[in-house]
Amino acid sequence: MTDGQNDRSLEKYRRMQRIRQFEDLAEAIHAQGEIPGSLHTYAGQEASGVGACMALNDTDYMVGTHRSHGHPIAKGAKLRPLMAELLGKATGICKGKGGSMHLSDFSVGSLGETSIVGSGVPVAAGAALGSKLQGNGRVALCFFGDGATNEGAFHEGMNLAAVWALPAIFVCENNGYAVSTPASATVPVKDVAERARAYGMPSIIVDGQDVDAVEAAVAEAVGRARTGGGPTLVETKTYRYADHAVNMGRILLDRGGEVDEWRKRDPLTLYRAKLIAGGTAAALLDAIEREVADEVADALQFARDSAWPEQAEAFDDVFVDRLPIPDFITA
Amino acid sequence: MAKATFLEAIRQAQYEEMSRDERVFIMGEDIICNVFGTTTGFVDAFGTERVRDTPISENGFIGAAGGAAMVGMRPIVDATISSFLYPAMDQIMSIIAKSRYIYGGQARLPLVIRSCLFYGNSNAAQHSDRNYSMFMNVPGLKIMVPSNAYDMKGMLKAAVRDDDPVLCFEDSTCWMSKADLPDDPDFLIPLGKGDIKREGNDVSIIAIGGAVPLALKAANDLARDGISAEVVDPRSLVPLDKELILRSVRKTGRAITVDPAHQTCSAGSEIAALIAERAFDALRGPVLRVATADTHLPFSPAIEKALYPSPERIVAAARQLVGIRQPENA
Repeated sequence: MTDGQNDRSLEKYRRMQRIRQFEDLAEAIHAQGEIPGSLHTYAGQEASGVGACMALNDTDYMVGTHRSHGHPIAKGAKLRPLMAELLGKATGICKGKGGSMHLSDFSVGSLGETSIVGSGVPVAAGAALGSKLQGNGRVALCFFGDGATNEGAFHEGMNLAAVWALPAIFVCENNGYAVSTPASATVPVKDVAERARAYGMPSIIVDGQDVDAVEAAVAEAVGRARTGGGPTLVETKTYRYADHAVNMGRILLDRGGEVDEWRKRDPLTLYRAKLIAGGTAAALLDAIEREVADEVADALQFARDSAWPEQAEAFDDVFVDRLPIPDFITA
Repeated sequence: MAKATFLEAIRQAQYEEMSRDERVFIMGEDIICNVFGTTTGFVDAFGTERVRDTPISENGFIGAAGGAAMVGMRPIVDATISSFLYPAMDQIMSIIAKSRYIYGGQARLPLVIRSCLFYGNSNAAQHSDRNYSMFMNVPGLKIMVPSNAYDMKGMLKAAVRDDDPVLCFEDSTCWMSKADLPDDPDFLIPLGKGDIKREGNDVSIIAIGGAVPLALKAANDLARDGISAEVVDPRSLVPLDKELILRSVRKTGRAITVDPAHQTCSAGSEIAALIAERAFDALRGPVLRVATADTHLPFSPAIEKALYPSPERIVAAARQLVGIRQPENA
């Protein structure tokens, strides 16, 4: 393994660790009431997000979903503003106005993590159209789940991207469930990837627990998109460990031993073993884990130390100019 | 300066803005074949990359306009008829109206979604919507409803240059009306600035879109009865020129809103509430609403026409408020 490959592998491991540790901490403090609202965690799907994002350039675009924490971290976002957003603080990446379902960092190319299922697909198609019109060589990647592929927005966005040969990559992170409903009950084809055929679009099915495999699959799609070959649908077969949202007070669905089965193929464990087998020192990986633990703890401390947003903030960013603030607020 | 129609005003505004700024492009259904004449000559001038026919896929291409705007383009979407906005409500309401807010100002969405209000000509309920009021209930969308070709041109050019999403509603009853259109490439009418279309002292008639010509006709008729009506055209509903409306009502002491939309939760109703809350002390009678009846629009011309606002209904409302006066020169 060359040093360059090694750096890249370690970066993948680091980003997956960041997501896992960020999610574990977020779930814990959410249980204590420190994070308001609902929390949809990404633990289990790390290889899907990190593999896909590692195939992109920093300037490429990305659109994601309500399960929003993993995507920006995968694309390289800093943790402090993300954690501050979860706590609803002024220093949050969305100034405390988006929260857990919208951790979107535009500085790493994000164009939103949108919580209406399927609604990101047309946005990504539009960003790809913008790239095409500007001739800037950027591609737009869209994450969504298996559930989204039953939404009209998915089909309309896929169709548009295909008919205009847009530089887009559609990544279905198939974790098997739409909230509690298994994909087998709602998707009439064996693999979501089959749906690409309806749009004359190539598709790839990949093991979503294998970060290298995901990166290779998405890199193939990115290469096609960047050279005028149009969009690709990539289906990553993956799994989320938690319920649809955590700490809801009841289990929506008893998945039996299924979770334990998937944990045997945990993406971080698999990758750690692969790297060690390839000659990476375990101590190096341990050091990364410790560094990430410090980073995540620092992000939480930063979030806790940050101020709440001012009430006037609620009237900013509706339009480019701040709205007038009503009397009952200022009184 | 030459007299031209409302539709020609749209064409000129688009042409001038696409010539000025290469980030501006237009897409929609049947743009190239140019159904209503608002893109005449565009393919020759700008090519098919910037003049794009779309699939019949409103949620897809309106959402794509949002995505393109977020990466620095300035799309104009021609959604044809306002009833066709409904399949795109997902993208308009959840993406276009809210992205800037939920991402804390990181997103900017400079786009214009044009659609016409295609009512009054036996197109039945599914094609006759006047639905701007619905969009007023969600923050984050600017809404314009011009009533004449002059305002249309200046406001559409301003909308294309605006950094926020703008819904442009085009009243088809105004399509063939003509006005002198300035050819200054920077002729702009800012959104949020209403206009007094006729001055008067006895009653303020606040009329929207195609109701403005009806209100002007009514004001003429009322003058013959010795009633001096002021006709106020808000021109844009978001932002709304509240001060202009309130100033007029404080002067006349009476107010009628005229809105081609269905009455319940209409823009006219919102304006009536504004007047009742903030100019109650100046009012000498109730605020009256002349709007389309709260039923669907039937196909048969025998029963469609009477449901809309008309000069006769506006005159009757004014007479009710002012009391019938003797004509001045009787």
